[in-house]
Amino acid sequence: MQISGAQMVIEALIAEEVEVIFGYPGGAIMNVYDEIYKQNSFQHVLTRHEQAAVHAAEGYSKASGKVGVAMITSGPGFTNAITGIADAYMDSIPLVVISGQVPMSLIGTDAFQEIDAVGISRPCTKHNYLVTDAADLARVLKEAFYLARTGRPGPVHVDIPKDVTAQIANFDYSKEVELETYKPTVKGNARQIKKAIEAIATSKRPLLYLGGGIINANAADLVREFSKMTQIPAVETFMARGTLHHEDPLLISMLGMHGSYAANMAMSETDLVIGLGARFDDRVTGKLSEFAKNAQIIHVDIDPASISKLVNAHFPIVGDVKNVLEMMMPLAKEQIDPTRYEAWHKTIANFNKLHPLSYTEEGDRIKPQWVVERIGQLLGDDANISTDVGQHQMWTAQFYPFSRPRQWISSGGLGTMGFGFPAALGVKRADPKRVSINITGDGSILMNIQELMTAVEYDLPVINVILNNNFLGMVRQWQTMFYDKRHSSTDLSIQPDFVKLSESFGGIGYRVTTKEEFDFALKDAVEKNVVAIIDVAVNRFENVLPMVPAGGSLFNMMLEYKEK
Amino acid sequence: MEEARRVISVIVLNEASVLSRISGLFSGRGYNIDSLTVAPIPDSKYSRITIVTAGSVRVIEQIIKQLHKLIPVLKVYEHADLVEKEMAMVKIPLSESISDIEALAHAYNGRIVNVSHDTLIVMVADEPHRVGHFVEAIKRFHPKEIVRSGSVALER
Repeated sequence: MQISGAQMVIEALIAEEVEVIFGYPGGAIMNVYDEIYKQNSFQHVLTRHEQAAVHAAEGYSKASGKVGVAMITSGPGFTNAITGIADAYMDSIPLVVISGQVPMSLIGTDAFQEIDAVGISRPCTKHNYLVTDAADLARVLKEAFYLARTGRPGPVHVDIPKDVTAQIANFDYSKEVELETYKPTVKGNARQIKKAIEAIATSKRPLLYLGGGIINANAADLVREFSKMTQIPAVETFMARGTLHHEDPLLISMLGMHGSYAANMAMSETDLVIGLGARFDDRVTGKLSEFAKNAQIIHVDIDPASISKLVNAHFPIVGDVKNVLEMMMPLAKEQIDPTRYEAWHKTIANFNKLHPLSYTEEGDRIKPQWVVERIGQLLGDDANISTDVGQHQMWTAQFYPFSRPRQWISSGGLGTMGFGFPAALGVKRADPKRVSINITGDGSILMNIQELMTAVEYDLPVINVILNNNFLGMVRQWQTMFYDKRHSSTDLSIQPDFVKLSESFGGIGYRVTTKEEFDFALKDAVEKNVVAIIDVAVNRFENVLPMVPAGGSLFNMMLEYKEK
Repeated sequence: MEEARRVISVIVLNEASVLSRISGLFSGRGYNIDSLTVAPIPDSKYSRITIVTAGSVRVIEQIIKQLHKLIPVLKVYEHADLVEKEMAMVKIPLSESISDIEALAHAYNGRIVNVSHDTLIVMVADEPHRVGHFVEAIKRFHPKEIVRSGSVALER
């Protein structure tokens, strides 16, 4: 089929069964946008900033499990998108990001809106391409989708010069992807798996350490089955929230810097860590030399570079966590006695009783944790929960009653403020029947506030709940604790009127100072079904606790903080 | 941790940008490259890159895993059993003793390869540490310029 490069992009997206792309046009990508105008196979959502386009694609991908697609122009369009690309890279989200580039003849001449896009995206993509001939486009786009979703997923960037989108060439998308140099290990090593099961069967205090890779691999059901069958207790990383149901008696809680006392103590006391799709991030481990000191480590991960990167694995298993678990199940059934760990369960129950995750009500001001719990009580499983980054994010991870994988959408690795709102738009697009909530802060929400317009235009009624403490709360917390209360540039007392702000875009807004007002606002916003901001005045100086100070040991948590 | 010299041999697809992917992997992590050579493998679509670097066992292990992770990388060899050679060329004023230079070069698998009206160029090819010795020894002949190729290596 002889068609233009721009038409090839459309044909490839159709062949990949893409139903929506998020983007922003500009000079170098105009040929492709002209073809988007002419087609009816997929929707294009015009975000109001390129960063938001990529975050929306991330949210869409996380909620749906499909590859997210974003499209931007060259130069500033691309540099605006890079934060989203880096975010997707850190959290292993499969994306294909297509950018326009200046024509081949102008590359390297400092042309208008020219930037070395592949040079910039190289360290924060799984792979990238500069397409110099339209005849390569079919192969490149096919590889891009394949690379994004296989192995350890991640963003793939395709940069296309304007003249290549105009060039006519042959297009054949039917060929299978053949990459001699890329063969991810999916199937786990049977001998290692056998040894790992033997280690579990002889351990006294095993602990499942569940990571975001389980969500990516769609392996949560299998993990639930495995833990139930073996009766091995579990901790979840931030990225893995929702893997186990919040009511699952085997789920201890989240571990790490703001994990629960019980989860961190279990990790410190276990004699066998069973790491599934987790990567021993510094926010999880605390001081490495003290992390799970008494334990042997089984580490299952699709990415060999993650294994023994930070913590030495005694039983390294490279493979897809779903595949590995399928191989483990029959062996586990035969060899593991689920009654073996009863003493360990009692120990953990004691940890839970000693210092459960909690907060104290005081004064008239609403506590931010209450808001999170209340959303959970009112909407529970019916909501998908996105967040921005900061205190509100940690409170949500701690207190929301997650019940299923892909319910929790948050920027874990890169910690990108401004992620939540556009991501929640993508979530709503992927799962329109559920309520899409963005729990955010008064700092974060302003970083992509322009997306109110996108929400109105495309009828994506995201409900933004601002836990408003008039501070960049997390930085303020560290300044209070570690910088002698010098609150440098974190006081956000000067604020817009969020109600009017939302209304000016065509959304609705609520200013909330009491619990009754909050209940009304949330129910009303769900009912009205338009984009909303619920601006909740919360206690200004609330801290996220417990806390393992950076570089501290997990078993040495700050359980409460008294102002000096 | 002990820093050890390591030679890593990488087989990559011979395509644009592959070298920046490899060098970026080192620079982005603050790892140093002591030398790097690259040339196409005859009659194939691959190139061989030979990298000499230094690092602890853990750092080297991580470098190798990250190299494997790059999409255009086919194979990574990192073991002690590599035959390793390097060449060097030195430009020396013609006023120096040609026979002494010739004799020295000979001891390091080399010879005089070019003579112009006021300088000569001598080349040697040997194990990298021996090339280092040669470069030291040649200094008494007042060299004007010295160029080393960096290591190339082949597994036995």
